[in-house]
Amino acid sequence: MERIPILRIGSLLLITIQLDMHDKLALQLQDDVTHRISDYGSTGVLIDISSLEIVDSFIGRTLANIAAMSRVLGAETVVVGMQPAVAITLVELGMSLPGVRTALTVEAGMDLLLTAVNEAGNESEDERSQA
Amino acid sequence: MNVLKRDLQLLQSSNDVVLARQKVRLWATELRFSLVDQTKLVTAASELARNALDHGKGGAMTMEVLSMNGKSGLRLVFEDHGPGIADIEQALKDGFTTGSGMGLGLGGSKRLVNEFCIESEIGKGTKVTITRWK
Repeated sequence: MERIPILRIGSLLLITIQLDMHDKLALQLQDDVTHRISDYGSTGVLIDISSLEIVDSFIGRTLANIAAMSRVLGAETVVVGMQPAVAITLVELGMSLPGVRTALTVEAGMDLLLTAVNEAGNESEDERSQA
Repeated sequence: MNVLKRDLQLLQSSNDVVLARQKVRLWATELRFSLVDQTKLVTAASELARNALDHGKGGAMTMEVLSMNGKSGLRLVFEDHGPGIADIEQALKDGFTTGSGMGLGLGGSKRLVNEFCIESEIGKGTKVTITRWK
């Protein structure tokens, strides 16, 4: 079965969605990301959607789910590269991807991700020192 | 109003939804819709094709290139023979869902096109017609 590749770089996972995903493929990706985070103990996930020509409510929900599930597993997610026409359409559709961190480019996304991962790390240290 | 071109895409699997999106994209490009208009139309088609598949147990999309008073447009008709929609007004509200979705499909796609018409009969099926003019 076809799959979206997930690259592991140190403690991060890197995903580039380069094809028009059907719904089952999107669900498979959601599954795969959560398993990788748990297997590798990843702390950050970067998803590049610059090749996606549309994001409809299903794909939008899948991205939001991946971000939420990753957070529960201790990893931060940043979605990068959304095309302007896709952003306009998505908001008009009624979806603004609440709870999903976004950035314009991979570079900006990586900065945001590393900051988020560090903050999350500090918070859990604070909790530990309080306990 | 003249119909210049017509095609049919069956909607029986999630792969058919992808094919429907690609056909709509191709025709919208041929009609020289702006990129934003193309994206809106393809997104609306994706929502309605998925509805026909998930809620209507499969169906078909008819595509038509229209010409009226020198204006061109793309009309998409999504038909299924599913259970039908009991309360259309409620189904058009954002956040209303009977399935696993976000409940943005119908109301959301209505906002993405110029004309939107929905007919549904309990036990017979649902027909959604959308048109975007250039």
